[in-house]
Amino acid sequence: MSIALQEAPAQQKVESPAIARTADRWVNNFAINIATVNGSGSQTSNGVLLRALFKMGIPVNGKNMFPSNIQGLPTWYIIRLSKDGYLGRKESYEVAVCMNGRTVAEDMANVAPGGIVIYDDSLPIPARRGDVTYYPVPVGQLVKEANLPYELRDYIANMVYVGALAYLLGIELKEIEDAISWNFSGRPKPTQLNMDMVRRAYAWAERNLVKSDPFRVERMSGFNEGKILVDGNTAAALGAIFGGVTVVSWYPITPASSVADALNKYLPQLRTEPETGKATFAIIQAEDELAALGMVVGAGWAGARAMTATSGPGLDLMAEFAGLAYFAEVPAVIWDIQRIGPSTGLPTRTSQGDIAAAYYLSHGDTRHVLLFPADPKECFEFGWLAFDLAERLQTLVIVLSDLDLGMNSWISDPFEYPDRPMDRGKVLTAEQVRELGGSWGRYKDVDGDGIAYRTLPGTPHPLAAYFTRGTGHDEYARYSERPEHWEANLNRLARKFETARRLVPGPIVERVEGARYGIITIGSNHPAVEEARDLLRAAGVETSYMRLRALPINEEVRRFIEEHDRIFVVENNRDGQLNLILLSEEPCCGEKLVSIARCNGWPLSAEWIADAIQKQM
Amino acid sequence: MVTIEVSPRGAKVNALGLDKKAYQGAPSTLCKGCGHDSISQRIMNVAWELGLDQTQVVKMSGIGCSSKSPAYFLGWSHAFNGLHGRMPALATGAVVANRNLTVIGVSGDGDTASIGTGQFKHAIRRNVPMVYIVENNGVYGLTKGQFSATADLGQKLKYAGVNNLPPLDICMEALAANATFVARSFAGDPKQVESLLKAAFSHRGIAVLDIISPCVTFNNHDDSTKSYSWGRAQETPLNELNFIPDYAEITIDSQYEGELQVEMHDGTKIVLKKLDPDYDPTDKLNAFRTLEEARQKQQFITGLIYVNEHERPDLHELLHFSDTPLVHLPEAVLRPSRETLQQVLASL
Repeated sequence: MSIALQEAPAQQKVESPAIARTADRWVNNFAINIATVNGSGSQTSNGVLLRALFKMGIPVNGKNMFPSNIQGLPTWYIIRLSKDGYLGRKESYEVAVCMNGRTVAEDMANVAPGGIVIYDDSLPIPARRGDVTYYPVPVGQLVKEANLPYELRDYIANMVYVGALAYLLGIELKEIEDAISWNFSGRPKPTQLNMDMVRRAYAWAERNLVKSDPFRVERMSGFNEGKILVDGNTAAALGAIFGGVTVVSWYPITPASSVADALNKYLPQLRTEPETGKATFAIIQAEDELAALGMVVGAGWAGARAMTATSGPGLDLMAEFAGLAYFAEVPAVIWDIQRIGPSTGLPTRTSQGDIAAAYYLSHGDTRHVLLFPADPKECFEFGWLAFDLAERLQTLVIVLSDLDLGMNSWISDPFEYPDRPMDRGKVLTAEQVRELGGSWGRYKDVDGDGIAYRTLPGTPHPLAAYFTRGTGHDEYARYSERPEHWEANLNRLARKFETARRLVPGPIVERVEGARYGIITIGSNHPAVEEARDLLRAAGVETSYMRLRALPINEEVRRFIEEHDRIFVVENNRDGQLNLILLSEEPCCGEKLVSIARCNGWPLSAEWIADAIQKQM
Repeated sequence: MVTIEVSPRGAKVNALGLDKKAYQGAPSTLCKGCGHDSISQRIMNVAWELGLDQTQVVKMSGIGCSSKSPAYFLGWSHAFNGLHGRMPALATGAVVANRNLTVIGVSGDGDTASIGTGQFKHAIRRNVPMVYIVENNGVYGLTKGQFSATADLGQKLKYAGVNNLPPLDICMEALAANATFVARSFAGDPKQVESLLKAAFSHRGIAVLDIISPCVTFNNHDDSTKSYSWGRAQETPLNELNFIPDYAEITIDSQYEGELQVEMHDGTKIVLKKLDPDYDPTDKLNAFRTLEEARQKQQFITGLIYVNEHERPDLHELLHFSDTPLVHLPEAVLRPSRETLQQVLASL
């Protein structure tokens, strides 16, 4: 994390004139960096803080920076409060909560000038900075006084900083209590134990700390009303459930496991037969990702709405089945919650590095429909829409989310109930097969859209059967090695992909009158790009904006590119993978496209995007 | 199902009114004399005899000569010739999606014992309801004669030279993975293959049939344990099976000496005539020992090696899902209501 620490005067006073003059500026408008040890239960405390602030009406976003480890390594949680509603990442933080001795020096050193540090007073404290206010908190003593059950002590200890923050920043205790209760599903005992710790810490802080900084929170309105707080993976799972998912097969992998966790949580609640108590779904933890997608393809072939959730390494293993689904034309849905690759990469850090791999996944000539949700609401929508598209197009649909969207909690508009009945695609019944007699061909393009009619196994008519294979076949699904059959089939698949261009969700476009520049991005970059556009506007640069929601692109993309002098393609990977795809799909616009790409494990920040764009103008 | 007039008057028909021709597939493109074709014929005979409704059967396969063979039988059944070694996953997905399907999985020794060993064992572990046939010839045919993982130690092949690795025993692997129906047979013993197939179709969960199926082109020389001549000379059946469909009247009131009755999940019975008086196919430890002794003595034992209808539930029971196949559930069941969505949103 780079901030302007070195540039700050060495002995700047806390009540610097700059901060004092603009005190209001720091109300509901700063970032809190909470440093803890992973596996210590800080996730509960952090989630409680985020929810309490959200319920106070403050626009907030929490980002978990955690290690690929079970217990003992450093972890950070960064809560950004933004009265202006910016939910993207901010490069600096003003409030540091230091609960981890191993990182305390770095955590304190990186606080923005004029910021504050709340720390466990048992930690070894490095040389104090003159431009920062320090608030020591006797965590050990407070926990001891609370006389907690031994096994819960370490977990509940994290509520000490919640109480201290509540006092120092002015977070309403009622909201904290509600958030704790919500976290423990309303169970009174853990709620009371945790809340007791919060109150003790609050009371201690009230007696012992003298507030001498400008950072505070205030209840506000105008932003969070009617909104929900939820992570993208939960939204994805719920969307799939309202999309009628019946078969889920998956293999554990960070950051995708919580999609399966949410399916495991909500499917039994929402999709159990009331009369029999039996499930209307099946969830199978597969032996690996090959089998996971294999089961999905088998189920999709048999007529089920089937899905898996994975991340980059799993996607690699799914490549062969992805090609089979494409070529044998079987509906299937993969949720790829992207993390850093190649290889094991950084399993707990976000990235958008699978775009190219996913688009062309598998050998031979393949291209897949990709969806890019930007927020939980869209995760929900694409949760059901992906099945409609997969069944309509009889192909694999890959939804590309990422760790930042999938695992972090976001303020979101409430999910909208699907606005149309399920589209089960072109499936013939036994009766229709009978009427067609021998004229039905599994791979015959009778409608001219590249999509042929299929039958499902178990269709009770002798002529309904066909032989599905990854090898060459003619229109009647018969084995064929004839060049003309191969070529015709492959060209029909290309035609089908043209149909996909018309069916996938189109880009969201905001044209600004007179803007010479345009920005194209995808997915979870959206809030940072929106903020970057405001920063650019403040610097006198107007930009138009296009957020792609799917590949393949449609003609609107070319129009957008043509309308502007230069297009900045913003994405979270090293090589500018989306940009490369746009270059290959719209080569005539090539010289206008500028890649704004980086990958370091953090979600992109508005400051970086605006800066990178200005450097390229 | 929709009936189709296929049988000429007077032809011998099964319970569905169909003659044997209705159970045929496309003409085989395998080598003349291939053991796999013989197995395809056995499947057709048994399916016809049992009166299987082909439209409710799916034929799943991986890659290789064996996996091509589903094209050559049961032409009214859907088939999925998938990926090398990945048939079990496809079959699992299909039979979970539609629990009414009868699944015939056809695999080979390369498909099951090399590239797909993991999926094979995990399908067994899950007890996926299916008949899993391994057409085992010890050699890679389509790629022209490399050793497979079931080839014998010291075996010689023209292309591949001498095999210096011990074979992987499919029945042993199946047993170790807790298969509840494990059988070995020989494509040159049609009667035994058919009786084992019939029992397999009545089994609850996965039924593994390791059928030695000679490759006439690459691995049929006399010193190969996967050859016709070896099989005919060396086959040592452990038992002889009589399959009694559930609609047939059971006339055996008391067990004869040397016979063992096993009641299958669907009410059918198999009566095993023990050729080896000491062999009890419901004794798992004995099954392990018998397989290992046969390996050491280079014996070719065949028959029902292990069966247990009650050992554990199959995947359908484990998933505890609707009696209606998941693929037949209507939108009203699959998509929760608007009110439900509001309740979920309120809880977030």
